[in-house]
Parts: sequence; structure tokens; C-alpha cells
Amino acid sequence: MSRKILRINMSDQSAVYEDIPEKWSKWAGRGLTSAIVLDEVEPTCHPLGPNNKLVIAPGWVSGTPAAPSSGRTSFGGKSPLTGTIKESNSGGLSSKKIAKLGLAAIILEGEPQNGEWYQLVITKDGVEFKDAPDLAGKGMYEVDEILWDQYPNKPAVIGIGPVGEKKLSNAGISVNDPEGKPGRYAGRGGLGAVMGARGVKAIVVDDEGGPGVDIADEDLLKQGRTKLRDAIMEHDLTKPDGGLNTYGTNVLMNIINEAGGLPTRNFSAGQFEGAADISGERVAEMVEKRGGEGMTGHGCHPGCIIQCSNIYPDEEGEAVVSVVEYETAWALGANCGIDDLDYVAEMTYQCNDLGLDTIEAGNTIAIAMEGGQIEFGDKEAALALFDEIREMSPLGRIYGQGVEATAKAFGVHRVPTVKGQSMPAYEPRAIKGIGVTYATSPMGADHTAGYTIAPEIAGVGGKVDPLDEEGKSDLSLTFQAATAFVDSTGYCLFIAFPILDISSGWEGMAESVAGVTGLDITGDDVIDVGKEILRMEREFNKKAGFTAQDDRLPEFMRYEKLPPHNEVWSMSDEELDQVYAWTNGK
Amino acid sequence: MQVEVRVFATLRRYLPELDIGEPKLLEVPQGTTLGEIREQLELPAEEVKVIMRNNRQADEEGLAQDGDRITYIPAVAGG
Repeated sequence: MSRKILRINMSDQSAVYEDIPEKWSKWAGRGLTSAIVLDEVEPTCHPLGPNNKLVIAPGWVSGTPAAPSSGRTSFGGKSPLTGTIKESNSGGLSSKKIAKLGLAAIILEGEPQNGEWYQLVITKDGVEFKDAPDLAGKGMYEVDEILWDQYPNKPAVIGIGPVGEKKLSNAGISVNDPEGKPGRYAGRGGLGAVMGARGVKAIVVDDEGGPGVDIADEDLLKQGRTKLRDAIMEHDLTKPDGGLNTYGTNVLMNIINEAGGLPTRNFSAGQFEGAADISGERVAEMVEKRGGEGMTGHGCHPGCIIQCSNIYPDEEGEAVVSVVEYETAWALGANCGIDDLDYVAEMTYQCNDLGLDTIEAGNTIAIAMEGGQIEFGDKEAALALFDEIREMSPLGRIYGQGVEATAKAFGVHRVPTVKGQSMPAYEPRAIKGIGVTYATSPMGADHTAGYTIAPEIAGVGGKVDPLDEEGKSDLSLTFQAATAFVDSTGYCLFIAFPILDISSGWEGMAESVAGVTGLDITGDDVIDVGKEILRMEREFNKKAGFTAQDDRLPEFMRYEKLPPHNEVWSMSDEELDQVYAWTNGK
Repeated sequence: MQVEVRVFATLRRYLPELDIGEPKLLEVPQGTTLGEIREQLELPAEEVKVIMRNNRQADEEGLAQDGDRITYIPAVAGG
């Protein structure tokens, strides 16, 4: 049975199952969301208007037996934050369940005429449209709890918080984690507002009795996933008791601080004196000391063998939030001059409940600090800003729009954005390759789009000097292309670390994709397939009006020297334009 | 001469007396390499992926200077 496209039209609350057309048949995950958005979304449309769509797709290997760490779901559409094409992916429960229903993608289109809120329930029998007045206005913790009470077999819940309902540009899409909490987010780019514009508060996905995933070549899949699994379990970073399993992504806080690349107090310095107190090592220490529900080595989806997530406990050992990531601890911590993990955790809870991307939210608070609304380091005041958003005061609505809107409101010119999206936790003046990724990615400033940090900081996949500019254009492109491929597999991007160092794992990833799909793909094809995806994304952006002038870092980085290295961003426009010259036939 | 050494993440297991981010102060003779300091602290070579000296990448053969801030880093990455 071939994979189906489930097309849900919210204008008349109808749903149809379509055979996947030939032009999309090779794609899954990010490749598929981007192909559909390019084909079906008018690039110049208003992101919140009736001509935008939300596309949801599991990866090539999602839902297959025992493919390790393969629980990512891709969400695509035109971004209200950037105006570009957007793919944002998340862990949690949804990927395998959508795949097991035989679905290649769900396309959510149209908008209800009555302004009502809906809850969609997707099962093997079809789509049920339920009025959801009782869910509207509620935070995601309550929504997830209500829906697991209604559906005791623990379905996936994809939902938006109040920020998505109000269609604010920093609205993420929540996916529930194995505990049934909104701990996982397709956070970046405001796709929660695109879902809100469709009038959908939550989507329940129950795969019971679903047809499952067709597998073209069982032996090849088995061979591939064994190689991949072995690489993950062998590499020091991803093995049990390795860096990620023990400390989570926040293992990076102290290291990036040592490299002088930790953006501090709204990107005004590269080191934070309080880094140790918000680091992954400190999280692990708190978990051990406080006990109770706290844990490290938490898996964000069933079948993950890396398990880099955590549950942060309060002083009594009760869970405050999952998860305090590196990005989260940096955005709400170092970048705001805050060195208190308890406050970082509480603000993370607020983000998860309201439906905010933590990176954009932390950067927004830092802008409010820069603009004099509150002081850097004032953790009580920072936490209180979330009350403004919850109350949807005019000021809260500005914060909910993210960094650029807030910067305009407060007259701030140090604005760390590219294409409208704010930068994550790596300073491009101190780590040049990631700056190339921020500048040129079709997604706006996004570290995951081409994670050159691996060779620039961690010595993974080679070793290059972060302060060196030479070769960084090519390095970024290679990582951007590889990432586009991995984002299409359903595998977590973190499998990239072991397989960059262990070549059999790289082969295994490609073989597992070939085994499931029957596509003629080997490890040698990964970069070229990834570039096909990037080409589609760049084409959408070009049609939406983006030019080379949008592939630039913000002006202040060219004249403000960043301590401790006292470097400015000095890569030339020509070097940046070289990254995507191949899409123009050059 | 004196140098300050930091270890992070899984390498902290070898210097458990240090708080997170706390430096270990070492007296070493002129001409000591970063590799020799690593050996003196009994940090296994295979677990040290990256060395930094004064916030910049360095290698085992590099010579320590008085007042250096030296950091040994195991396998790390994330997002």
C-alpha cells in the first residue's frame, strides 16, 4: 500500500486521502514538507492568511521497527516570523504514529469561517472534527492532560498554546513527550501561528490498528540500522553514560563559554561569568541532589537510544519542566544575564505552556533588558514578563511577536536576527562557520540548519579553528546539505555526531533509508539529496522576494568587537554568496 | 610558573574535587607541553577531544606559558 497524503480542509471541515503523487513520492520529513510548500503555497501569501498551509510529515524511517532515535516529525509552511519557507522538527510521540497510519504527510489548509476552534482526531478510520471551545485559551500542560484523559491509550497530541491561538509570530507547535507533557516543540519560526490560523487547537493522532509502514527491503534496513546503532552506541558523545546521555545538550554551556562564543547579555559579550551555574553539569548535580522526579538520560520519544533529555526538579524533587536544553538555558540564562537554574526552569515551563519558542523568547527578554524595560540579570522581572504574555496585554503581544517587533518597540538596534529569526547560542563573531549558516540558511538564523559547531568546537567530523574564516563557506554548505537529508529521515539530528566520525554509521543511515523506501540511495548520495531539498527551499524564498542581501548578518556585528577575542564579523558578501552560487548555475 | 586548568563534562570524573568550572592551579616548569600537563593530571588521551589555551584551540605539543588558562574537553556537542 503506498503512502497517503491526508488533506484536511478547515474551510469546510473535510478530509480526503490522496495517493502520494509521483513528484513527491521520493520525499519524507523535511524534504516532503518543503516540496509540498513549494508546490502548493503561494510564496508571496500572508503567512496567517487562507493561502498558507501547515504540512506535517514523519521521516523515511519513522514508524519502522527498531530504527534507533527516529522519532522526529517535520512541520512546514511559510513562516510568520521570517516570511521564508520554514521547516521545524520535533521529537515526541507524533512521528511514529503518523507513519504507522500509512501517512506520508498531513496537509492542513483553509480556515474556518465561523472563528471556532477545533480539535482533530486522526485514526485509521479517518478524521473527526470536534469543536474545542473547552480547550481554547488553555495552556498546553492542561490541554495535554485533558486529551490523555479523553483518550486513555496515550495518543500523540500536537497542539498550540495561547500564543498560537493569537497568531503571534513566536508561536511554536507542541508535541507531547512520553509522559504526556508538552516538553517537545517544533519551536522555531512561528508555525504555531500558522496552525492557529487554521483554527486548530490540537490534533490527536491514534495509530491503533493502522496499516504500518511498508518496507521495501527488510535485510537492507536491518543491515543499515545495525550499523547506525553500533555507531551511536560506540561514540563517546552518544553512548550510554557519554556526554549527551549524562549532561544533555547543555554539556555545551561551559565549553562554548571557554571558546569565547557564548552570547551574553544580548550578544554584547562572548563569555558569561555565571555559565557554570546554568550548565549541564549543574543540572545533573541538581537532579542528583534533589532526586524525586528529576532525571537526566530522559528519552524524548520511544525508541531513542541517545536519551539526552532531562526532567528538572524543584527543591522537593517534583518535576518543574522537561527539558532544560542548552539553547534554553542559554537564551533564558546567559543571554539575559541570569545565572539561576530554578528561574530558567520556571521560564521554560512558561514557554512550554504558552506555546513559545524558548530561543526567541529568551532573546526577546534580552531585548527588553537592552531597551531598559527591565535590568539584565533581574530574574524576577524576567519571569514576570510571561504574565504579560499570558494576559495578552498589548506589551505581552509585542513580546509574543519575538525579537524584531520587541526591538522596534523599545528602540533597540543591537538586533541579533537573520531574516527575522533570532540567533541561537553560538556567537558568529567567535565561531565563523556557524555565522555562515545563520546568514545563508533558507530558515533564517538557525544552528541546526548547518551545525558547523561539530568540527569548529567539538572536534567531531574533523577539526577546524572557529576563528578562522577560510573554508567556512564550503563547510557550512556541506553541513546544511547533510542536515537537510537527516531532517528527512525521521532520525534525530544528533545521530550526525557519531556517523560523522564513524563511516559505517553514515552508510548505515543511508542503507536504512534505502531499505525502507526502495530508493537507490547510499552514503555517497546524502549531500546531493540534501542539496535538492535546499534548492527547493531557496526557490521558494526567491519567489517570496528574498535576495542575496538577505543572506547577511546584522550590521552591529560588523562594527562591535566581541570580547574576549575582540573580533567583528568580517566575512565578505562574496564568501557568503558563494554558499548558494550553485543554485544559480555558478 | 603557574597555570590554571579546567576540565568539563565527563572529564570531571578525574578531578572530582573541583567544583564546576573551578580551576586547578598547577606549578609546572618552563617548557611543559599541554600534553604533559594532561598526563600529570592522569586524563586519558583517548577521552580528550579538544584542548583550549586562553579560549583558543591548542594541541598537545603546544607549550604552556605562565598564567595560561588551559581547558581539556571530552566529546561534546548538542544543540
